[in-house]
Amino acid sequence: MATSTLRRFAELAVTPLVPDDYLDLFSPLRRGAALRGRVVQVIPETRDAATLVIRPGADWAGHVPGQYVRVGIDVDGVRQWRAYSLTHGPRPDGYISITVKAVPDGVVSHHLVHDTERGTLVHLEQATGDFVLPADAHKLLFVTAGSGVTPVIGMLRNLFPVTDEGVLGFDTLNHRATRDLDIVVVHVAPSEPDSIFLSDLKALDAAGAINLVARYDDQHGLLDVADLSTLVPDIADRITYACGPGGLLDALETHHAAAGLPLYTEQFRATVVVAGEGGTVTFGRSGAVVEADGSTPILEAGEGAGVLMRSGCRMGVCFSCVSPLLNGAVRDLRSGDITTAVAGETDPGGVLVQTCINAAAGPCTFDL
Amino acid sequence: MTTIQKQAQSPIAHLTPEDIEQLGKELDAIRAEVIEARGASDAAYIRKLIKTQRSLELGSRIVLLASIFPPAWLVGTAGLSVAKILENMEIGHNVLHGQWDWMRDPKIHSTTWEWDMATPAADWKHSHNELHHTYTNVLGKDNDLGYGIMRVDEEQTWHPMYLGQPLWSFINALFFEYGIAAYDLELGATIKKKKLKDPEFQRRLKGVLSKIRKQATKDYLVHPALSIPTGSFLPTLAANFTANIVRNLWSNSIIMCGHFPEGVETFEKRSIEGETKGEWYLRQMLGAANISGSKAMHLMSGNLSHQIEHHLFPDLPSNRYAEVAPKVRALFDKYGLNYHTAPFPKQLYSAWHKVVRLSLPNGWLAETKVTNAPALQDDDRRAEGAPRDRRPRPARGR
Repeated sequence: MATSTLRRFAELAVTPLVPDDYLDLFSPLRRGAALRGRVVQVIPETRDAATLVIRPGADWAGHVPGQYVRVGIDVDGVRQWRAYSLTHGPRPDGYISITVKAVPDGVVSHHLVHDTERGTLVHLEQATGDFVLPADAHKLLFVTAGSGVTPVIGMLRNLFPVTDEGVLGFDTLNHRATRDLDIVVVHVAPSEPDSIFLSDLKALDAAGAINLVARYDDQHGLLDVADLSTLVPDIADRITYACGPGGLLDALETHHAAAGLPLYTEQFRATVVVAGEGGTVTFGRSGAVVEADGSTPILEAGEGAGVLMRSGCRMGVCFSCVSPLLNGAVRDLRSGDITTAVAGETDPGGVLVQTCINAAAGPCTFDL
Repeated sequence: MTTIQKQAQSPIAHLTPEDIEQLGKELDAIRAEVIEARGASDAAYIRKLIKTQRSLELGSRIVLLASIFPPAWLVGTAGLSVAKILENMEIGHNVLHGQWDWMRDPKIHSTTWEWDMATPAADWKHSHNELHHTYTNVLGKDNDLGYGIMRVDEEQTWHPMYLGQPLWSFINALFFEYGIAAYDLELGATIKKKKLKDPEFQRRLKGVLSKIRKQATKDYLVHPALSIPTGSFLPTLAANFTANIVRNLWSNSIIMCGHFPEGVETFEKRSIEGETKGEWYLRQMLGAANISGSKAMHLMSGNLSHQIEHHLFPDLPSNRYAEVAPKVRALFDKYGLNYHTAPFPKQLYSAWHKVVRLSLPNGWLAETKVTNAPALQDDDRRAEGAPRDRRPRPARGR
């Protein structure tokens, strides 16, 4: 009997469930199942960091160094999704690993580091991420401004986990991708901030993982992008990744274009700069209706109401959370930009918005 | 029983609006406590239950492949009946209420769940969650009061047609899942209004028929066909039919016990205009009845044995109702209200007694009074280990 006929027959036999619901009882990692993985080893790296070695399901398509994976795990009974960089290149045994540092107030990272046991089943998505470290060019320059450091820290942290007892990366992790990296980080801010991000950068610098060049406006004056070649003499050998407000990125683009240098940019402002009125958020599919204030991301409003929300980095970087806005307006918490959808006028499928960095700006309806 | 607004001495006459608001706040606090506490153990409970139910169903169906042998038929049919009851009651009903949505597991979520039932989950959610739970026991608003085919209150004018009520109630119980499907479709009203050709109705009808076809194909064709190698086609078909009847009778009985026993209050339509949250709570408290019994009773009834708690907090995980019940009951005592609970046979008898009584004109069959209303007898209350009321109970009836 052809497989499809067999499958059709199995569907008839188990309706309203699907055959997978029964097969999951016996073999959750089989080919054709929703992608999952089983934690086969938890290696404590330090007091506050651990590497989780995971046996992925049969349909895992592999990854290249530098990509990240979305991991879904139940914490206090609630499914939480986070994105973590894969900390080993492809391994001969087919396992994958993530190295997680328990960040303060990090519900998920704390759970992964301290409360995850061997045998735990986690949910996975295929590896993704354009921030693929080039195999040959290993000299990189990061230019970050203000809170634009956040996603870069995310990348660096996963390459070289910063723990309370130092930076992991060179000898502790068998990491082909990080071994030969030569990274300079030029970090720009109005004044020297007292933030965990800066202390992470300093720790990375002290450990030799990166070379930190900090520029504070009140000490060094405003940065002129023309000065970059002085600050980073070998800038011509480096690939530049820049993240920060639009003005800086525009200037860099002009500068790099003129010099013929490769540049990847990402506009990023993680802090809430514009909070407006808020409004009633309706989740059409699930029927949930939530009063959300102007500083609560749609993602959090939905999660609080038990709506199935997709999420990833939760800071506007990974686009895992994009969802269709059918009607109404939302405000980008980083820029204050308003996105509107009008039923009957805009795309009937909805206008896709990032729910993690958008808040209600008046009543709005999502197709969720 | 007559609507609470028309009773000579209303059981809520002693409550001031301030009392009712305070009552609402205290119930909110009970709810908040559970929401705060729910976590990994609750998630483990529902996952284990689903796993157990699926294993039981699969095991029973495998045993039934040899149902030509009487012991296999008996074991398989019993197992399948229990599996279908668990699937509908403690799992399906409660998942579709959104009791487990907080886990954010797309496989156990009210928006993705489908159940072993003639009526599609989406239709049922509308008529049950939105209408019944909002308008609980409001005459003319809550169609669960008699499903539009029964006389459930003295206020409804008697008609000879109602003489048949006990019979068709029993037939409805036997084929309950189809009754529910017709009810969710609003089939009766649609026929009355001659709107059978309405495209929206046609669309929903198609959905229901397709669901029924799939259900019937599974139970009455595929599973029996798989039993042919042992010569068990007919016994397996009979086993599925029996399990469906058992499940229908059981779920119908549990639901009758929840709202129909004598002493459960009904409400006037206009009484809910401008209803406050506190008043809504109060209506839920008086419009439902519990079944006292063992843990097995609670599990098999889908915790609708805690119908009062379920109506107060329809979206709290069902495994928590048992723990909130004593707190809720303490509030009934504090505010001098009657916590309506009794063992299963008593509640079921009371509900059927009412069906028979109201099939006759008012006054033909003895009306239930304080002295014979099941929940009001003191031996039950002692059996439940609850303190006696401090306030005199208001007289009922006319």
